[in-house]
Amino acid sequence: MSEQKLTGAQIIIKALKDQGVDTIFGYPGGAVLPIYDALFQQNDLRHILVRHEQAAVHAAEGYARSTGKVGCVLVTSGPGATNAVTGLLDALCDSIPIVCLSGQVPTHLIGNDAFQEADTTGITRPCTKHNYLVKDVNNLARTLHEAFYVARSGRPGPVLIDVPKDVQFADGIYVPPTEVKHKTYRPQVKPEIARVEEAIELIANAKRPVFYTGGGVINAGPFAAKLLTQFVKATGFPITSTLMGLGAFPASDGQWLGMLGMHGTYEANLAMYNCDVMINIGARFDDRVTGKLSEFAPFSKKIHVDIDPSSINKTVEVDIPIVGDCGAVLEDMLRIWKARAKRPDQAALKEWWGQIDGWRARNCLNYNRTESVIKPQYALERLRDALRGKDHYVTTEVGQHQMWAAQFLPFDQPNRWMTSGGLGTMGYGLPAAIGAQIAHPDAIVVDVSGEASFLMNMQEIGTAVQYRAPVKIFILNNQYMGMVRQWQELLHGSRFSQSYSEALPDFVKLAEAWGCVGLRATTVAEVDEVIEKMLAVTDRPCIVDIAVDPKENCFPMIPGGKAHNEILFGPDDSPSSATPEDGMVLV
Amino acid sequence: MDESKIEKHTIAVLVDNEPGVLARVIGLFSGRGYNIESLTVAEVNNADHLSRITLVTSGTRMVIEQIKAQLDRLVPIHRVHDLTDEGPSVERELALVKVAGTGEKRIEALRLADIFKATVLDATLTSFVFELTGSTAQVDDFVGLMSQLGLVEASRTGVVAMSKGPSGF
Ligand SMILES: Cc1cc2nc3c(=O)[nH]c(=O)nc-3n(C[C@H](O)[C@H](O)[C@H](O)COP(=O)(O)OP(=O)(O)OC[C@H]3O[C@@H](n4cnc5c(N)ncnc54)[C@H](O)[C@@H]3O)c2cc1C
Ligand SMILES: Cc1ncc(C[n+]2csc(CCOP(=O)(O)OP(=O)(O)O)c2C)c(N)n1
Ligand SMILES: [Mg+2]
Repeated sequence: MSEQKLTGAQIIIKALKDQGVDTIFGYPGGAVLPIYDALFQQNDLRHILVRHEQAAVHAAEGYARSTGKVGCVLVTSGPGATNAVTGLLDALCDSIPIVCLSGQVPTHLIGNDAFQEADTTGITRPCTKHNYLVKDVNNLARTLHEAFYVARSGRPGPVLIDVPKDVQFADGIYVPPTEVKHKTYRPQVKPEIARVEEAIELIANAKRPVFYTGGGVINAGPFAAKLLTQFVKATGFPITSTLMGLGAFPASDGQWLGMLGMHGTYEANLAMYNCDVMINIGARFDDRVTGKLSEFAPFSKKIHVDIDPSSINKTVEVDIPIVGDCGAVLEDMLRIWKARAKRPDQAALKEWWGQIDGWRARNCLNYNRTESVIKPQYALERLRDALRGKDHYVTTEVGQHQMWAAQFLPFDQPNRWMTSGGLGTMGYGLPAAIGAQIAHPDAIVVDVSGEASFLMNMQEIGTAVQYRAPVKIFILNNQYMGMVRQWQELLHGSRFSQSYSEALPDFVKLAEAWGCVGLRATTVAEVDEVIEKMLAVTDRPCIVDIAVDPKENCFPMIPGGKAHNEILFGPDDSPSSATPEDGMVLV
Repeated sequence: MDESKIEKHTIAVLVDNEPGVLARVIGLFSGRGYNIESLTVAEVNNADHLSRITLVTSGTRMVIEQIKAQLDRLVPIHRVHDLTDEGPSVERELALVKVAGTGEKRIEALRLADIFKATVLDATLTSFVFELTGSTAQVDDFVGLMSQLGLVEASRTGVVAMSKGPSGF
């Protein structure tokens, strides 16, 4: 059996199946025709035909993030591969496991400027966790298995395999996954126990502690989220999370402070600023989170749990670094906490919570509730209430609507929230929603969108229609690239250079042109009705155009380069004079 | 400890000798804005296709640690050793130095080559090619002196390095 000869294309299909892949997102072309032919002749692997290769990667990201599995992509050479680049970098920035197969011109033509040739491994080297060019069919199976291992192990990320067309045709030997062991790549999963013990002592003696958790907990899987919840409950400490970590700890719990960072809550950011012990679990001190580094949590001792040693001491020096998987570390933390019968200083904790409750009373997410215009926050509150108790997933595009979604939609479980955090890719949300919907056909999947972002990958409605993926595209249409407009208003003297969404289509008619359901709300009274109708559509996509206040800005906001205690609450706070020059240059 | 102090480190890296591996290392340095003062690479284990890269770089302590972590996270990398941190090591580079001239300058060049224990690889009536092995500083000194005696060109390998004592990579 082990000497069985298959064509390269057949080897690819077999390897994918052996890796547990059931769905692959792709787009055909000359350099992958043998693979498409092999796909045609089997029924186990489902191929989802996207309308643009960038969307194939985002769809695979949505699939991966909502299932915990590796997302799989297939694109052709040259333009197929270059179109996928944005998606690959997006997955790299957000640590999403992806395996992307690209076709390449035949081996003997590589380097000849052949038709649709691109130096795909060269172009994608800095956009992937790792990549391969397979020139010998007998290395194909091994490389594929390695690619899956690399994509999902340690800090997950995208891996690309470039396969010349002649290799797809050639006969070669298949090896199963069990026979492949990686030569060099062995990320550290189990932590050093001495470090965990040190951390536990620090945690137990904290007076003003805070958990700061991130996407690493989601990467570590639902079990890690469960352990996190247990540990946080056992300590009674407050917890905040990054944009990428939402859902790891239930938002409905009283210890939850909301998201931190640039558009995080007052209480989360002030808890970070004033804490004496910070417990970072799977977050990477991103600049959108730390703000001004020299004033980041200035009174704190810091514990940092991360599986990637390069995340530790990269921008913020920490006191107790712990390299390991969040799940493995939390397991040890909980065990040692219990074994040593730790109990935090209750008096100090009570005082700390008192302080936090004071900040909470500031009610920082409050907005001007009015009947005269639909506030985007209001639309999201109504969406939140309509989704409560229902099996649902949410993706977003990038902009103000994304931040409002993070602030106003609560997540009680991991893997339910998908957004482009690190790269901030407009156009991510719709294909990601399709990927999530393909993985969870019976769940409600909503893409909270902005009108500008939606236009970036709206061709994917075709994909959703073809596969009867009933995604809900919930457009908070403010007729502006709102996030750009907000920065121009706050930092560039309200000169709204090129940020108006001119010549928008009629989104309802657009939906109808595709055979989808199109809905619109222009008054506050219509919002509930439209949401209800939207949720009733289960057999096709639905595009909802919510005409929201074009002038609304997203608050709270910590302007670039400012510290956590320098927060703008609303339109009456003027930042422009106060924004330092070194802050202006930040994105 | 002065956190902003710039330190110079020699780092040895054992990698799989596969296509693109050098591009990964160089891309890492250029992409993240780290310094490379010198970089040498050659296969050191033919049977296992392993290459050894020796890098000289500089940065603050935090940057040096970051460079090592970033190198270590490249998939085809086996091991990263900071020879500067890990105790005494020896470092050498090899240079070929071409000097042209006649008369007193030519004689002086030859005399200095002798002092530096450089050997003559090629000689014509008007030129020499010297081979010199030494520390970076010695090579700098030699090339500096030759620049006043008719230096035509110098070609240097960059640093190769190894820890002292019995233990290996
Ligand atoms: C318009 C816009 C505004 C934004 N505003 C905010 C904001 O206000 N607040 C905010 O928080 N973010 C914001 N972001 C997102 C921000 O840019 C970053 O993407 C985000 O903060 C990073 O989240 P993270 O630290 O959880 O890291 P991630 O990118 O999720 O990285 C995860 C970390 O965990 C580690 N890890 C991975 N797997 C494991 C494992 N199994 N075990 C242990 N560790 C693991 C990784 O090595 C990495 O260091 C914004 C983005 C956009 C586009
Ligand atoms: C591909 C891409 N191009 C440009 C940007 C910069 N950018 C960030 S938010 C934004 C505006 C988004 O507008 P919209 O989708 O309408 O969302 P809103 O902010 O109005 O809610 C832009 C242009 C980006 N993030 N991604
Ligand atoms: Mg908009």
